[in-house]
Amino acid sequence: MLIHPEEILETINMVTHQHLDIRTVTMGISLRGCGHPDIKVFNANVYERILRCAENLVQTTEEIQNLYGIPIINKRISVTPIAIAAESCRADDYTPVAETLDRVAQETGVDFVGGFSALVQKGLTPGDLTLMNSIPQALATTQKVCSSVNLATTKAGINMDAVAMMGHIIKQTAELTGDRGGIGCAKLVVFANAPEDNPFMAGAFHGVGEPDCVINIGVSGPGVVNAAVRALENPSLGDIAECIKKTAFKITRMGEMVGKEVARRLDAQFGGLDPSLRPRPWVTAWQLFSRPWAWKAAVLTVQPLPWRCLTMRSRRGARWLLHRWVA
Amino acid sequence: MSSSRFVITVIGLDRVGIVAGVTRVMAEHGVNIADIRQTIMSDLFTMIMLAEAKGENFDMAAFKEAMSAIGKELGVEIIVQHEDVFRFMHRI
Repeated sequence: MLIHPEEILETINMVTHQHLDIRTVTMGISLRGCGHPDIKVFNANVYERILRCAENLVQTTEEIQNLYGIPIINKRISVTPIAIAAESCRADDYTPVAETLDRVAQETGVDFVGGFSALVQKGLTPGDLTLMNSIPQALATTQKVCSSVNLATTKAGINMDAVAMMGHIIKQTAELTGDRGGIGCAKLVVFANAPEDNPFMAGAFHGVGEPDCVINIGVSGPGVVNAAVRALENPSLGDIAECIKKTAFKITRMGEMVGKEVARRLDAQFGGLDPSLRPRPWVTAWQLFSRPWAWKAAVLTVQPLPWRCLTMRSRRGARWLLHRWVA
Repeated sequence: MSSSRFVITVIGLDRVGIVAGVTRVMAEHGVNIADIRQTIMSDLFTMIMLAEAKGENFDMAAFKEAMSAIGKELGVEIIVQHEDVFRFMHRI
């Protein structure tokens, strides 16, 4: 047998006991060819375009899951920022576009669609402005649409006008979904230094420099890395680094294989892969608070805080007062 | 995906009829055994088979379902995965 039985059992153990899975398959779709002055035609173009690309996304990922025996948890779509794609529309509200995205998400069966977005770090175009004003209503009337706005970059600086606007928009979004725990805000991301292309929800959007249709993968491997490191006996720092490197390699390769096969079957390009080594949040919190040293560390960090807040001059003054008081 | 070969792993408590039951379902679906290894690892029966499905109309989902049903009947866990998973993960 060309494959060693130990390797086979190791892979099975990773999936069954260490929670190795493909966290997300995200299809990035360019909407640059959908523009039209009439928003109804634009919506029809967007609907047809996404459906044509992602019609079989969910079914294909399920087939791949069956074929390789690796669970695929979330299926998502990211699109060109709507502020760019809908710029030519003669409309003062983009909520119908969000509703179209929501409808196409329901029909394709994906978990989320990201890209109700605008990039305004240096200034606002009319399209950006319309989109930003549409965010509260769009997030209140849709279920699966995610929105994001980039307000600043290190190169361009901070667009303070847009920051002021976003303050009101966030508040309005929370108010409009107040009866549902303010869920609208959970689907809204405000960026500084947004990457050129981002496949991660809720701030996902399809970058303008990307191909027409692309598949990105997110792999979850903290359990696998944790188990591999724990299995080491009296390791040196070098041994731990080597172990993490090898394990991360295996996880990455698995994700790459799944991504390439999904892309091939859907006639898309394979984009990139993100191996997540971050533990699930509840695990981190529980592990942290179940250890006495964490409490001690927290106390030690909190104690000197008032002292740190003082400037050098006032510190000197405080020291002088303390000496006088002690004396 | 470069081939039509699968790795079938059977893990569970040893008992009479595991190999017979599993291979019967494989034969029914026209799946050939290219290689087979069997061992007892920490009291668990572990059988690993490299299998090949040459039929054009081979239905992977139905085969997996049948294997999982026979696994339940025999009280063992049966995992069917395409061989590429192992090649990609463990080989450069």
